Amino acid sequence: MRLLPWHKPHLLVRPNNLKLRKLNTMEYFIQQLINGLTLGGMYALIALGYTMVYGVIQLINFAHGEFFAAGGYVGAIALAYFAGIGYMDSHPVICLTASFMIAMAYCAYLAVGVEKIAYKPLRKNSRLAALLSALGMSIFLSNGMMLTQGVYDKVYPGELFQGRFDFGMVTISYLQIMIVSLTACLLVGLNLLVFKTKIGMAMRATAQDKTMSALVAIGSNKIISLTFAIGAGLAAAAGIMYGLYYGSVKYDMGFVPGIKAFAAAVLGGIGNITGAMIGGLIIGMVEIFGAGYISGEYKDVFAFIILIGVLYFKPNGIMGENIDDTRV
Amino acid sequence: MIQEFKKVWKQYTIGMVWLLGLLWPMLGIHADGTLTFQKTITIWSYILAGSFVCFMIYIMKSGSSFKFIADPVSRAANGVKSASAALPIWVWITVAVVLALIYPQLAGRYGTDVAITVLFYICLGLGLNVVVGLAGMLDLGYIAFYGVGAYTYAILNVTYGLAFWVCLPLSALSACIAGCIVGYPTLRMRGDYLAIVTLGFGEIIRIILNNWMTLTNGPNGILGIKPIGIFWPMFENGFTFEHIWVKKLQFFYYFALGLVILTIIGVHRLNLSRVGRAWESIREDETAAELMGVNTFIYKLLAYAMGAVFAGMAGAFFAARMKFVSPESFTFLESAMVLCMVVLGGMGSIPGIILGVVALIALPEIFRELESYRMLVFGATMIIMMLFRPAGLIPAKRMGTRSEEKEG
Repeated sequence: MRLLPWHKPHLLVRPNNLKLRKLNTMEYFIQQLINGLTLGGMYALIALGYTMVYGVIQLINFAHGEFFAAGGYVGAIALAYFAGIGYMDSHPVICLTASFMIAMAYCAYLAVGVEKIAYKPLRKNSRLAALLSALGMSIFLSNGMMLTQGVYDKVYPGELFQGRFDFGMVTISYLQIMIVSLTACLLVGLNLLVFKTKIGMAMRATAQDKTMSALVAIGSNKIISLTFAIGAGLAAAAGIMYGLYYGSVKYDMGFVPGIKAFAAAVLGGIGNITGAMIGGLIIGMVEIFGAGYISGEYKDVFAFIILIGVLYFKPNGIMGENIDDTRV
Repeated sequence: MIQEFKKVWKQYTIGMVWLLGLLWPMLGIHADGTLTFQKTITIWSYILAGSFVCFMIYIMKSGSSFKFIADPVSRAANGVKSASAALPIWVWITVAVVLALIYPQLAGRYGTDVAITVLFYICLGLGLNVVVGLAGMLDLGYIAFYGVGAYTYAILNVTYGLAFWVCLPLSALSACIAGCIVGYPTLRMRGDYLAIVTLGFGEIIRIILNNWMTLTNGPNGILGIKPIGIFWPMFENGFTFEHIWVKKLQFFYYFALGLVILTIIGVHRLNLSRVGRAWESIREDETAAELMGVNTFIYKLLAYAMGAVFAGMAGAFFAARMKFVSPESFTFLESAMVLCMVVLGGMGSIPGIILGVVALIALPEIFRELESYRMLVFGATMIIMMLFRPAGLIPAKRMGTRSEEKEG
């Protein structure tokens, strides 16, 4: 079996801080904090899709991790295309922005179709049926990507954002700054959209009560499509960031980050947007610190343990409102 | 006909255009800065042709323009059904068992090998059926118990030299304990949370198998597991029992068959028992079941543990068959595959699951050249079954009569 990116602990601790041999220094701690912030931001972006979809239709969208992977692939394809026609050297920022736009639009397009095909007809059926359909969609999409893109890692152009700042022993790469600031922009934008606009109000109303919001002339089908589109767009942005950060994407890369992001959504209280952001950051931090201080091999286990612990002791999450039995 | 299905036609057309838009960026944009349409259009037209045929069949079937074919077919099917009902069920079971017994004599080495895989998956599918089909809990980490069973036998055999028949109950026991450990904290949750937590537990067990170098030898796996040893009567110099290893594939087949028959009987009896009824009531309505005095937590834990026991026994046989175990055999995709078999055949239905396993293991063996499309087809099968026939190919018979059916 080829090792997957998240099975390579040496990639997790970025090469530029391998020089930090002493684990118990303040510099190491700060370095891990920065790495955790970068990773946590990506998890937060993915977790938002889970939590928003769960908020409106109470379904765990298993295929969400595949939207993330598809975003990574489309970003790689777009960046490679721009490099191929020679725009990359002259206008790198425009190319990168365009790649983000293309990948987010593509995944939104994908997600809306997926919802119409696999989830919408099952909305009235049992939860088990919708869940199995989502699982089937996840397998279908990841294998579809494998068939069109090949089984091997697709390499991201590596010359982007090579520079970095050095503060003594702590280094921050330009890439990390870009990822963190872009994540922050997306999160703020989403918050504004959900809490300050009419569309956001309609989304919140649909999440609270579908029948009632239909009575005040909110088209729930449109809102559900929109929710899927926004969630997938954010996941696609996270996919490109992941590809840039780790250097490559693979067809089944959506699986493990998908579960971790779900753990983040549960930790924050599923259905709660602010909670998903905080949960994503916590999961990212726990993973990085767990890998750095406890064990690199078991880094995937920490997120699962948090998930199980939260569900056992506080199933509503840290920000969640009380969930009655019909929703759990 | 066109008028009648106007809406469906519209949806179909939109869907195909959507697919075209989905395929092109993946296939038509190249790293050297060129855009091509040739490959996309070719693949898309294949899909279009295939789906168009299916779509036409679907429309004509629901538009009853297939009467001239459908009527004789359904009449023949009814004839077969009544004929099969005329014979008692044990005749059919005897025929199936006899066929299964003589199968390795007819099939070659390769055929027997495939049949053994089918038998393993039948055992896994029936075990998962206890959890998903009877008790109605979605378990996505099921293959981990298979792994626990296989590793228990491998470690006990290689390190301590224990024989297979000693390890088989120990494998079942350790899988059962693992099931209880996983089940105890998770079974208070409902539905979809349970699915994702079992998935997480399955991954945790796989990661532990992968990283606990001293016990499991990590990703390299454990080599040199002994096959099944039995005492076989020999008549050469008097009547003695001689110890022999079951190395021949055809010989092993009968042991796997025995395991499957045991599992079928076990699951069938469980389904008919008081426990089975309790599971069914939990599946249908957990709150109502609790009100009627069913201790839902204990019964759910029991379902989980029973499922794990079957998987653990199958795992021990798997280790004895392969003589090698590694964490790669117990990934999430295997869980999804077993689940797909259960869903395809029909949750809760024993003949359905056997059919599902045969369809999903034996058919890909026939279409060897389409190997890479296998998982794609599995995923699509799950979606299509949920959309059009959620009860599976052979739906489970429900026990007893229900008041609403009586009135209707």
